[in-house]
Amino acid sequence: MILAWTICLLMGTGLLAWLASRWSDTLPRIISLAGILLFLGIVLYIWFGHPAGGRWIVHYTHSWISAFGIRITLGADGLSLLMLLLTAFLGVLSVLVSWKEIKTRVGFFHFNLLFILAGITGVFVSLDLFLFYFSWEVMLIPMYFLISIWGYENRTYAAGKFFLFTQASGLLMFLSILGLYFVHGRSTGIYTFDYEALKGTLMSRPTAFLLMLGFAAAFLVKLSTVPFHSWLPDAHTQAPTAGSVLLAGLLLKTGAYGLIRFVLPLFPQASHQFAPVAMILGVVSILYGAKLAYAQTDLKRLVAYISVSHMGFILLGIYAFNQIALQGVIMQMVAHAISTGGLFIIVGALHDRIQTREIGQMGGLWTLVPKMGAMGLLFVLASLGLPGLGNFIAEILILTGSFMASRILTILAALGFIAATLYSLRIMQKVFYGTVLKKWAIADFGIREMIVMGSLAIVIIWLGLFPNSILNGTQKMVQGVIEQVTITANMAQNENR
Amino acid sequence: MTIPMQYGLLLAAILFCIGLAGVLVRRDVIFMLMSVEVMLNAAGLAFIVGGAARSSADGQVMFIFILAMAAAEVSVGLALIIQLYQKFKTLDADSASQLNG
Amino acid sequence: MSELLWLIVALPFAGSLLLAMAGKHLPRLAAAIIGVGSVALSAIVMLILGLDFLHGNPAGVPIHQTLWQWINVSGFSPGIAFHLDSVSLTFVFVITFVGALIHLYAAPFMWKDEGFARFFSYMNLFVGFMLLLVLADNFLLLYLGWEGVGLCSYLLIGFWYKDPANGYAARKAFTVTRVGDTAMVIGLFILFTTYHTLNIQDILVATPHTWAPGSTIATTTAFLLLGGAIGKSAQVPLQTWLPDAMAAPSPVSALIHAATMVTAGVYLIARTHVLFELAPVVQSAVAVIGAVTLIVAGMAAIYQHDIKKVLAYSTISQIGYMFVALGVGAWSAALFHFMIHAFFKSLLFLGAGSVIAVLHDEHNMYKMGGLWKKMPVVFWTFLVGACALSALPLITAGFYSKDEIIWQAYASDKGSITLWLTGLAGAFITALYTFRMVFLTFFGKAKAEPAYRQGMGMTLPLVVLAFLSFVGGFIQLPDNMGHVTLFSHFIQQVLPATTPTGTAVIAGLPSGHAAEWIAQLIAAIVSIAGLTLAYRLYYNKPFPAAEPVRNPIQQFFFKGWDFDLLYDKVIVQPIVFFSRIDKNDVIDQFYTGLASVAGLFNKGLAATQNGKLRWYAMALAIGAVITLTILLST
Repeated sequence: MILAWTICLLMGTGLLAWLASRWSDTLPRIISLAGILLFLGIVLYIWFGHPAGGRWIVHYTHSWISAFGIRITLGADGLSLLMLLLTAFLGVLSVLVSWKEIKTRVGFFHFNLLFILAGITGVFVSLDLFLFYFSWEVMLIPMYFLISIWGYENRTYAAGKFFLFTQASGLLMFLSILGLYFVHGRSTGIYTFDYEALKGTLMSRPTAFLLMLGFAAAFLVKLSTVPFHSWLPDAHTQAPTAGSVLLAGLLLKTGAYGLIRFVLPLFPQASHQFAPVAMILGVVSILYGAKLAYAQTDLKRLVAYISVSHMGFILLGIYAFNQIALQGVIMQMVAHAISTGGLFIIVGALHDRIQTREIGQMGGLWTLVPKMGAMGLLFVLASLGLPGLGNFIAEILILTGSFMASRILTILAALGFIAATLYSLRIMQKVFYGTVLKKWAIADFGIREMIVMGSLAIVIIWLGLFPNSILNGTQKMVQGVIEQVTITANMAQNENR
Repeated sequence: MTIPMQYGLLLAAILFCIGLAGVLVRRDVIFMLMSVEVMLNAAGLAFIVGGAARSSADGQVMFIFILAMAAAEVSVGLALIIQLYQKFKTLDADSASQLNG
Repeated sequence: MSELLWLIVALPFAGSLLLAMAGKHLPRLAAAIIGVGSVALSAIVMLILGLDFLHGNPAGVPIHQTLWQWINVSGFSPGIAFHLDSVSLTFVFVITFVGALIHLYAAPFMWKDEGFARFFSYMNLFVGFMLLLVLADNFLLLYLGWEGVGLCSYLLIGFWYKDPANGYAARKAFTVTRVGDTAMVIGLFILFTTYHTLNIQDILVATPHTWAPGSTIATTTAFLLLGGAIGKSAQVPLQTWLPDAMAAPSPVSALIHAATMVTAGVYLIARTHVLFELAPVVQSAVAVIGAVTLIVAGMAAIYQHDIKKVLAYSTISQIGYMFVALGVGAWSAALFHFMIHAFFKSLLFLGAGSVIAVLHDEHNMYKMGGLWKKMPVVFWTFLVGACALSALPLITAGFYSKDEIIWQAYASDKGSITLWLTGLAGAFITALYTFRMVFLTFFGKAKAEPAYRQGMGMTLPLVVLAFLSFVGGFIQLPDNMGHVTLFSHFIQQVLPATTPTGTAVIAGLPSGHAAEWIAQLIAAIVSIAGLTLAYRLYYNKPFPAAEPVRNPIQQFFFKGWDFDLLYDKVIVQPIVFFSRIDKNDVIDQFYTGLASVAGLFNKGLAATQNGKLRWYAMALAIGAVITLTILLST
């Protein structure tokens, strides 16, 4: 029940913030902040206080549209809770970074922000496929508004592109959900969208593969895997800072989450068939994303392509089918959210101050904004995978895991380390080092911004030094997924013999 | 003496074509409206001819319908024309092309 | 006592953190005290621990300390844990002790710099990471230190970030070493998949039982680890970053690019010696790389005019000697030379830094001269360092350490005449460029006036290091001269002794004490010959105060054998070209193309919607006619 309430809490806060904008511009900000902080508190309470045992730490089910077997089934295990924690954390930061940046239609902005968070929360806890699809769409539309109303100069184009890519792939997933629903209904006579029930559905191989592709399409697009990545640089670049943070930090992660939660358990056999392709796509994403990042001159676009590269690691890790890699994937989901979020906030703050994102116009900024420079350095280092920071743990786990699955692909992926060095240090070189090109009169990070950056910095270092604190939480879930996938695969192999 | 149905229908067709040509060629809205009337009457004539050939009153009933509708149409059309004239100070139908894609 | 081990690492980190957070608000003196003090304290703890280790632990049982479990995922469970044995202790000693001296020197050296606290924050961070590297009990933690020191090297090379050239040099250093590091990481993957652990000792114990000598997997792994080592230690073909790294302040060059970080490769190979012994091909490759490097870098050093670049190439060349020693299995000789080299090379860098500082940032030796009277302390200590570097016989530590390597290159079972001759040639070159540097800088006509005199803080480290460069050699004397084996005995707790038989015996060449005497004599003559040649060519010669004019061959050597040019043409330019041509992402172009096709259709259809009533009527009429035609014709 508590999960349903948290979603209601977010939606309610959103409506309230919208209403409150009639009176003042600050009120919606405070209301949103309070609402998300409360949400964070609830998630922390569940995270630390959850009872041991049971597959789901929290579970709730209630009838919704019984004629079609649709129920409101919500459940959270270690992975979901971790993602909720991330959602709440980034939610707080998004409100804080928008404090000065968003000046128009403040109420509606926060309404959209909270509805995105509500949609994402729904995605992370839905155990009914219909509800999952519903949440999937709920997070999409406010994000469209966020980009198209508060974005930068080319926002309409970017928002439209984002919407088309995700909507089209989402529809493919909906077709697959319906397909699964009918296949399951025909074979058992029970028509249901329930995740647990659908998990063991018997179906022929081609059917399973086709249905799996529908799901995978949606998730790969969301994950922005090459060749479906091209919405991401535009959307990220044009979105307001909070939008970029949420896009990179959470929306991309829903793709990874979907693959782990739905594609692997629902279609273990088909996933094995798909694995070589997926791993190759992952490696291509790593290298191609890095190459594109290196070529960019728009700082925000550069950071956006870094995401493409990092998401490649996630794809590679998921389809390696072992615990080490999958734990690495989960680590990467969190670490990438933090590191890229940090970079986007820095770029946003910089754009606020100097009204440009062109790398060529910057240079020598360390002298003017040393705090920003130091923070920039930290997150740049995180993104190039420096040991001691979160991304390194993620990447080393993923690569170690995938090395057991495919040596050649892993070696190619490891070249991503070198590529990451090139594009990351380019940021430092062009933005913070060198001589001051223009006489900017700009202020360094203020207290509010330092709170935001400081908390991100602490988290990324914490992840690097004490990764166990989150890996232990997801261990059971990962073990479950891997066991299921390998057992099914072994069974299939035996059948073939 | 009965006129063969073909003659009646031929006349209707000719009238219809004249009306159509008027609609297509004329740019003055009033003339277009008049041409539409001609086309409507051509259709009405076709109904009557058809009805007469079958010795039924249905065709004439339809014509009365058309007549009534045409009267309504003319009143609405003229009102629109007046509005059009007030807005554009012209009766050229092509000038009112703001609905282009 | 041994539970204090973590303090050695933690102190510099704490100092760095404190300076990073509060450095801006601290007065300079406080920042200096924190910066120098943290490393000095660390050195004191090391000394206490080290004496304890030497006395209370004659068998050399390693000290082990686990702080916390770092990662724990289905068998992948490296910890934050330390392992101290005689090899680590040697490195820890050099890092903390020499490090503390360099920090002490750096405080007055950097006093006027606006980034004073930032500098010490980076330096402390470096010391912390370097200690982590040599104390790590597993490869992942070692890799953490490994990348960490690379980062600090990057930060400190680019310390004066306002000059873009420094930033580029820093970036080059980081990128080139990262190439090697990536090879090393792949090696770690192989180790983990084979042994399901990354614990160094466990792997070293298990390797001889699982991998056959000379097997492909052992060779591959050793080769990949070697990749990491040559990147970090600036050996051919990844040596190009180190000369550029001289953009860093001189204390940094002394600490990072001479004494400690660049020898991490030596540490790695010594640490994983079991693996290299299982892969004879790779071990000979180590020797060959070392031999090639020491000649390549030595030749380049002769033609430099920038005093720091001479020292940079000299460092590359001396590490080449260490690699030769590793390659022929003379483990303790390599480590002995590492230690002695740390003393005299940091001494030389600090001396050069003093000269550069008092001459208003003048790097060109041709614009110096006659300084020996004006800076006596710097001169005499520099001279001691130079003698040690050129391995002048009997009195200098450098003679004992380098002679050991040259001798083993001949006498060890993996040695050969070629390696020995290369070593001798290197010794000649070393003496030549070293005394060229001394004569150009300190003798001849004075071309510039020192701006100020240096205080105690800067001269004291010079004197201490000079003392060490002088007496350090006597803890390990050759078999035929006194036969003192304090150092090798200590190291052999961990690393095997050199096998003395070998090619020399097999080929019927002379061996034994008589041969050693002859070899030493030859080595001594060679280095004195180098000195003499330098005296002939450079002593008191009226060179113009400018960059020397070089003919194409000299230019080739001056540019470090044009490796930069080669890499630029073969690697850098293609990468840049490749990323330029596809900046706008061909895949995105595809989608854009798709969208514009749709847009084209839209435009075409929208054109029919022209708002003209008569067009619509016409369309209706034509449509009706077509429909009727179709209907009637069927």
